[in-house]
Amino acid sequence: MAVLLFSAEQQQKFDSGLVEILSHYPADRKSAAMLPALRLLQSLKGWLPPAGLEQVAERLGTTREKAYEVATFYVMFFTRQPGKYVLDVCTNLSCSLRGAEKVLAALEQKLGLKAGSANDRFTLRETECLASCGTGPCLQVNEDHHESLTPAKLDALVATFT
Amino acid sequence: MIEVEKVITKNWGRPGSNTLDGYRSTGGYRALEKALAQAPAQVTEEVKRSNLRGRGGAGFPTGMKWGFVPKDNPKPVYLAVNADESEPGTFKDRYILENDPHLLLEGIAITCYALNCHQAYIYSRGEFKGPSATLDRAIAEAYAAGIFGKQLMGKPFALDVYQVRGAGAYICGEETALLESLEGKKGWPRLKPPFPAVVGLFGAPTVVNNVETLANVPAILDRGAAWYAGLGTEKSGGTRLICLSGSVNRPGVYECSMKTTLKELIFEPTLGGGMPPGRQVKAVIPGGSSAPVLSADELDVAMEFEALKAKNTMAGSGGVIVMDDATCLVRSLWRVARFYAEESCGQCTPCREGTPWQTRILRKIEEGRGEAGDLELLLHVASTIAPFPPIGLGNTICALGDAAALPVHSFVSKFKLEFQSHIAQRKCPFGDAPWGHFGGFA
Repeated sequence: MAVLLFSAEQQQKFDSGLVEILSHYPADRKSAAMLPALRLLQSLKGWLPPAGLEQVAERLGTTREKAYEVATFYVMFFTRQPGKYVLDVCTNLSCSLRGAEKVLAALEQKLGLKAGSANDRFTLRETECLASCGTGPCLQVNEDHHESLTPAKLDALVATFT
Repeated sequence: MIEVEKVITKNWGRPGSNTLDGYRSTGGYRALEKALAQAPAQVTEEVKRSNLRGRGGAGFPTGMKWGFVPKDNPKPVYLAVNADESEPGTFKDRYILENDPHLLLEGIAITCYALNCHQAYIYSRGEFKGPSATLDRAIAEAYAAGIFGKQLMGKPFALDVYQVRGAGAYICGEETALLESLEGKKGWPRLKPPFPAVVGLFGAPTVVNNVETLANVPAILDRGAAWYAGLGTEKSGGTRLICLSGSVNRPGVYECSMKTTLKELIFEPTLGGGMPPGRQVKAVIPGGSSAPVLSADELDVAMEFEALKAKNTMAGSGGVIVMDDATCLVRSLWRVARFYAEESCGQCTPCREGTPWQTRILRKIEEGRGEAGDLELLLHVASTIAPFPPIGLGNTICALGDAAALPVHSFVSKFKLEFQSHIAQRKCPFGDAPWGHFGGFA
């Protein structure tokens, strides 16, 4: 038996969210809503499961292949389930000058995994400039921004992970 | 140092500056009223006379861009607001969205009126969760107050303003890639011409303007083009937001006169506040990481389009990154090169293949495995993507190729000895310990 993609409540959120999104696009350009639609799906499921991509494609009047093409182009979309906490550490020049390499090394040690790898709890990635160069080093945890990091701040952040 | 009246940052730090009430308490939306009392063509004319130039990187005259929209076209006109701020070293648009979102929204409203545009899309970068939420609240306030919606502040002019969040792709800051992404596709830049003003979003005329650019529009309508033009230089009106980062005591966003020099920016106590103790400037990137680097003896230059162009570099997006004398420039350039390799969209061969090669060669040199001929090879690869000088010779559809090659050309030519000593010593003379001799992790 197929597992349902959404609970009834999720399905309702998906449906009404999609109606709102599509109200901002020309009626004959539904497929343009791909990014907001995928974001909506990911907000409900935590990632973009194949059945979800199919449903998005169908609702936007486009193909599964088109949905996959978009989903795999952008680094914030996950076509595989990521860890519970996705940590994106900026290691671009400005942040590196202010210690981003130390942040990354500390996280690798504290979380017990290498940058670029993942387990059920954590996905640890080096990311590119987060437009927070004056308040580096910085990182994002599940899209929440943390800046002007110090070892104490990093410890406090890691302590919040369950 | 030249003091200048604040245009963009005047409300920053004021309580409630990101709310409609706060914005209105300092005269907000007065400029829109003034604009609506004029004919749309007059508004465009005013912006042309103001000498406002695009703040996203290219510095193109804004009024002229608006003027490219065909007059008698049967299709709708779109405004695409570029809030996909991703150029390394640049973080001004984030501050505008967080501190004064209605300034942008008023600029959008005036611009849409001038262009007879009824649909504006704000494309903000996916990583801007906080700023995007602030902006969405401001949009909702503007709807509730009758500023947007079926009427534009009481005038029969429908305007929908909608924020679309990106999902992590630097390339979508390139205007045609942004349009592709707004159309729900991967961000592959389009060949130009046709330019977006003629064939843009959904095949219709589209103006693409940066956040800071549009945030300047209300002041132009409120105070007049002559006043605005007078703030700047002969060819470039207004002030500039400068984003200062790297090896400097007071990193941050500063609203500066176009005549402020890089040296003043770094050393003035009210601006950068000088270098960390015991450190000297070695190199400065003046306009986002794409801009060719300057050496310490080239800092007596005004941070505006023409002056930096004369130095074979660019004002770009206003991102100034300072590197000090304890900073390895091979590693610095490797960091920059890696970014472009990561963010190349993969459409054009020279960029897709060349950017990882640049990165690999630089890493090899930094790790002490460099050999004779590596620098020549590196420069050859960079030239294959985009020869230099001058700026703009790239062999790719969009300017990402140029952006990836320019730092390589400029770092290697200006600091050749440092690159050569890495190869000769077969190690990095600065050591391989993690960076960060100042800042929170020092």
